Amino acid sequence: MDISGIISYTTGVVIMAGIYAVFSLGLNIHWGYTGLFNIGIAGFFALGAYTSAILTTSAPDPDLFEDFKFGGDLPALLSFLDPGIDLWFFVALLAAGVVCGVVALGIGFITLRLRDDYLAIATLGIAESVRLVFLNEKWLANGSKGLYRIPKFMGDVVSAENYEFLYLVAVLLVLAVVYLAVQQVIKSPWGRVLKAIREDETTAAASGKNVFSFKLQSFVLGAFIMGIGGALYAHSVRFVAPISFDPLLATFIIWAMLMVGGSGNNKGAVLGAFVVWGIWTGTQFLPGFLSDPNFRLFMIGFLIVAVILLRPGGILGEERRVSRAAQEREGAAPSEL
Amino acid sequence: MTMPGCMGGWRWGVAHTLMAIFLVVMALSFLSVIRLELVVNGLLIGLIMAVGAIGLSLVYGILKFANIAQGDFMTLGAYMCLFLLGTLFPRMNIQGTGLGPFTFGYPMLLALPLVMVVLATLAIGLDIGVYRRLRGRGVSTVVLAMTSLGVAIALRGAVQVLWGGETEQYPRLSRQFYQAPMDVRIPPDGIFIGLVTVTLVVALYLFLSRTRMGKAMRATSDNEELARVSGINTERVIWWTWAIGAALAATAGILLAVFQAQLLPIMGWRVLIPLFAAVILGGIGNPFGALVGALIIGVTSEVSTEWLSPSYKPAVAFLLMIATLLVRPTGIFGVKS
Amino acid sequence: MSLLAVQGIVAGYGQTEILHGVSIVVEPGEIVAIIGPNGSGKSTLMKSAVGLLRPTGGSVNFRGEDITGVAPENIVRKGLCYVPQSSNVFPSLSIHENLEMGAFVRTDDYRPRITEIYDLFPDLASRRKERASRLSGGQRQMVALARALMLNPVLLLLDEPSAGLAPMMVASVFEKIKGISSTGVAVLMVEQNAREALRLSARGYVLAAGHNRLEGPGRSLLSDPEVARLYLGG
Repeated sequence: MDISGIISYTTGVVIMAGIYAVFSLGLNIHWGYTGLFNIGIAGFFALGAYTSAILTTSAPDPDLFEDFKFGGDLPALLSFLDPGIDLWFFVALLAAGVVCGVVALGIGFITLRLRDDYLAIATLGIAESVRLVFLNEKWLANGSKGLYRIPKFMGDVVSAENYEFLYLVAVLLVLAVVYLAVQQVIKSPWGRVLKAIREDETTAAASGKNVFSFKLQSFVLGAFIMGIGGALYAHSVRFVAPISFDPLLATFIIWAMLMVGGSGNNKGAVLGAFVVWGIWTGTQFLPGFLSDPNFRLFMIGFLIVAVILLRPGGILGEERRVSRAAQEREGAAPSEL
Repeated sequence: MTMPGCMGGWRWGVAHTLMAIFLVVMALSFLSVIRLELVVNGLLIGLIMAVGAIGLSLVYGILKFANIAQGDFMTLGAYMCLFLLGTLFPRMNIQGTGLGPFTFGYPMLLALPLVMVVLATLAIGLDIGVYRRLRGRGVSTVVLAMTSLGVAIALRGAVQVLWGGETEQYPRLSRQFYQAPMDVRIPPDGIFIGLVTVTLVVALYLFLSRTRMGKAMRATSDNEELARVSGINTERVIWWTWAIGAALAATAGILLAVFQAQLLPIMGWRVLIPLFAAVILGGIGNPFGALVGALIIGVTSEVSTEWLSPSYKPAVAFLLMIATLLVRPTGIFGVKS
Repeated sequence: MSLLAVQGIVAGYGQTEILHGVSIVVEPGEIVAIIGPNGSGKSTLMKSAVGLLRPTGGSVNFRGEDITGVAPENIVRKGLCYVPQSSNVFPSLSIHENLEMGAFVRTDDYRPRITEIYDLFPDLASRRKERASRLSGGQRQMVALARALMLNPVLLLLDEPSAGLAPMMVASVFEKIKGISSTGVAVLMVEQNAREALRLSARGYVLAAGHNRLEGPGRSLLSDPEVARLYLGG
């Protein structure tokens, strides 16, 4: 590979790591700050990506034998607004977030009053159901063929070979905004209540906090961020199909990222995404079984168990500023680890 | 803390529910609303699910967490059986297909109990290496569930490393289906599935109601603290629970591979939703409720293919689970906590 | 030598320390009551003594043996049995199975003991196959007591035996406790119903905020003006 090939490859890796970092931040709100166990990230990933893809793709082209019935063609729709930057992109990101938030509201409303682990099972079910709907309902998103005419962000500003660099900037900007927003939210009184709930639900409820409502808000917020992540993904690879969202690369690896980086710590969530994705893509050049995708699947599971057992705080550990109890606790980590 | 859902008092409830469902289904098929063949198929799948779900429910009742790895235990069991039937046994000159009316040969009768024992041992090993250490730290149940997700991923990774990701098959002889009245076709292996399931359910019933350890398991499921101050070694109870849960998972995996005439690494992950739906429908911790739950899920999903694409079956199971959570979160036989 | 000697016990849940050094003693065969307001650490004391909580300081001595930090399933073998406050029966088990669980650690034939227990609690004998979840509060309390007696304990720890019972049942539970004590079993009980408990007890302890506050013979605590004002409702 020549120099420009290496640069282009690295750019692709960093773009994907940045997108994963957005998911990791969303999951951190769920797990790290509230103790909500979401194992259906893939569902929100797919919903976000598809929402943005459907909204921005132009109407189906009869010459291409496309099966879907509706393409939002948002770029054309919003073309009358021309502030010099593709506004439709941000509208699509927000819409993706809102759709995920609404689904999360429904699922959370049903399960968050009940046992902790019902949410996990329900998110798993949502992820599978979302996949099945996009696979079977060809009229909605072209079935297994997927959507592949997703527009580029600022596509006409740079040449095709330089698009990656531009999109890298866009991803990092969105990541920065999400990171700062999450930091603000977590530092706010609202964020402190979340942590109080995670540490001791009974005490939080006794001090008059509506635990259910706070959990629901946290679940919706995290899902909203995941929706943005999904949309970022859609405009990066510009192809979405049901197979794009298998649990390994759309759920498991994000868990590994958050656990490795340090749940309950936004810097850790971002760091974990870059570290794990770096290792994941780096190891494919290793000789023999080390680059075997099956072995890497095993390692993802092993890593999650190992981190919980040996270093529950991940690389960075939890940011400790909630309560004295949390500060005093050795190796404090989510949910009284 | 008492568990909602316990193992006693199910006799009347289970009998009545089964009878009611049976009557409704018979009436509908006589009225030609649904094809009886789908019902029979659904019952067979339901029986297979029941074996896995009973194990899941036992672990849920006693260890209080959702064991996400139950599906991948099934996968591992199915593949271990493949190793015995396809690799190890032939080398020892133990081979054959077409035992009696079945597709498989007598080696299956050796392999099944062997795999049950191996998987039970593995589950106890996992408890010593992983779960017991976390219990000792007093982590919350949702962290245990999180850990089991890691275990699930690692197990599937191990299966893929050892056997690859391709579709596999047990050595088999193709068989004609039995032709029953009302256009019902029954696969001969269905009889084996029924025999194994009934044997295991009866054996489990006798174990739980007649033996010292079985009663201690029910007691621990009811109230762990009280069990300990009664002198019950709950760590021993937990080992028995893992062993039974994993042995049942192994059986369910093997039966599923026999019924579908194929093995895939993702087969266990795919049945996780129907498995949990069955457990929740029957009331967590109530193994006989899980049996009824699995039969309801199996028949409903199968009958739904009359109107829906067959690939929607997991989504149907998921909707049934959501409906249960909305109407009666403790399940059909669950006791309010 | 005392039967049970708790020395300066420190214990709590997680980061919250509830007992800050409490000491109590029970002599063979006597009834001892522990009273005190909610949150004074009475139940925590019981749980520490029986091994459900690992104390962070102090010691528990039973029949001359240090049992601090020993697992509950091993403590009960030594003859110290415990009836928790609520959820003290296995609801999905029958009455008979509840009693069998009480005898779990016995390797000998425990059937004669079950017969004795049924003689002691004739109401239970007639309903032995019934699930405990179907019983009334008072009947459950009887099953709980019966379960704890299966091992022929030397000392019985009772956490609020009269909690949530109808007045009629309270009297009969105390009657049973008196009967059990008359067979030579020592009883240490925590009670909200302080007046009844002290009347029955040889000695009593008053706990407050995780410390020993007062102690003395049951009768004299009953007539102590401070106890009367604080815990006996004037």
